[in-house]
Amino acid sequence: MHDKQVRRRRAVLALLVGVSLILLTAYFGESPSSPLHNVQRGIVEVLSPIQQGASKVLTPVRDVAGWFSDTLRAKSERDQLAKQVNQLRAQVDYYRQKSILSDQLAHQVKLDNSIDISSYHAVTASVIARDPTLWYQTIQVDKGSDDGVALNDPVTGDGALVGKVTTVDATVSVVTLITDHAYAVTAEVEDRYGDTGVLVPAVGSPNQLLLQDLPNHAPIQVNQPVITAGFKSGRLDSLYPPGIPIGTVSNADQNELLNNQQVQVSPVADLRHLSVVQILTRPHPGAAERAQVP
Amino acid sequence: MTSRRLALRLVVLAFATVVIQQTAVSQISIFGVSADLSPLVVMSVGLLAGSLPGAIMGFGTGLIVDTVLVQTLGVTSLLYIAIGYWAGRLRELRDPAHGLVPLAAGAAATAIAGIGMTVIQFLLGVDSPVSLLLAQQIFITVLVNTLIALPVYALVRRIVQPALPEDPRRRRRRAYTTGGLSPLQSPSQRLGQISRGSR
Repeated sequence: MHDKQVRRRRAVLALLVGVSLILLTAYFGESPSSPLHNVQRGIVEVLSPIQQGASKVLTPVRDVAGWFSDTLRAKSERDQLAKQVNQLRAQVDYYRQKSILSDQLAHQVKLDNSIDISSYHAVTASVIARDPTLWYQTIQVDKGSDDGVALNDPVTGDGALVGKVTTVDATVSVVTLITDHAYAVTAEVEDRYGDTGVLVPAVGSPNQLLLQDLPNHAPIQVNQPVITAGFKSGRLDSLYPPGIPIGTVSNADQNELLNNQQVQVSPVADLRHLSVVQILTRPHPGAAERAQVP
Repeated sequence: MTSRRLALRLVVLAFATVVIQQTAVSQISIFGVSADLSPLVVMSVGLLAGSLPGAIMGFGTGLIVDTVLVQTLGVTSLLYIAIGYWAGRLRELRDPAHGLVPLAAGAAATAIAGIGMTVIQFLLGVDSPVSLLLAQQIFITVLVNTLIALPVYALVRRIVQPALPEDPRRRRRRAYTTGGLSPLQSPSQRLGQISRGSR
């Protein structure tokens, strides 16, 4: 009797592990349009109303807990922000003047503004679910293809780039955050040289990014803003419009820059506390044919 | 009938855990990390119901987590099977009675989930340095989960225990400590009789 129980237990355990490994192998090797992915998306679609409802019901609980943690953080951030405000005021005046000049020049040379952020339509969405692990950096939002959201649409939050849409259904979308290991975006340091590189997550260091492929002797300083570069070359244009803030340079070690052509960047947006985001939907009809370039 | 009731309760528990985790708990940050209820619930079911229900609960909960978060199916299931099975075997082999066992088991379950996920990610080809920050985040998550392990265990026990079959070992132990359900008397009463008889 005891032996039978032991055999049964081991058999069930082996079966469960086997099914998990089969699922893992099948899912990992399949394309995003495969049956397994479609089934998964279907289940997400079915569950999304429940998640949206639960998210609304549990909002007070989140708010109370958030109030305590926010209060603790607020004190330490206050002094730091006061200093930043003074620095930024001076910068705003400088850039305002530059912006006026840039607009005038663009008008004179009839610059193509078709990939400019002003040509995108922003769809505001609430975050209804979030991945708690350090590895899968995704959030789910309550807007989908019914609201004009499409695959690879850029997503902003806290006034900065937070990610892109990687799964779309009628009423729900999955946003992959910029700290996900599979993410990359062309970005430039916002100084007078505008050094451009590819921004990738520093996997293994949660909430840190690396701006790679920079020139060896780029005069990059700590605290310089990093924004999306955005580009257009024939029919190829970037997934992201230029000028969206991403983060600030947090470590510009000259040796690291010389040897590996990279600097560390901290994201502007607080990716762990996003509750509302904006999805920048396609600016023009032909945009669906855009190349999949970061 | 009992096993059907247990299965129904476990399905509802797994589903509710994942929904509450994704919609509320994961959006509350403590020391920069979020608590993770899922490994604690799987560990609690293992401790209460045994290795087989623990492993099945782990598989089911992991599958729901992977599905809801649109991530690689089977990764979380694998980890949670290990957690549920291990917690169940702990109960079957050692039958720990101390009240703080869920606390230690919760810490171990969270550590298995955190470190296991890291190892699987490396095996799946995520190119990443093992940073101090990652280790620090796993450590803080373990601490936060340890703090909430006891209330989570108590809640799971409240939900699961009415549907569990009576365990003879537990009944014997309860009888020994309370004296109420056993034909034997409690140790103090036995001592009393011996001393009266010796006079």
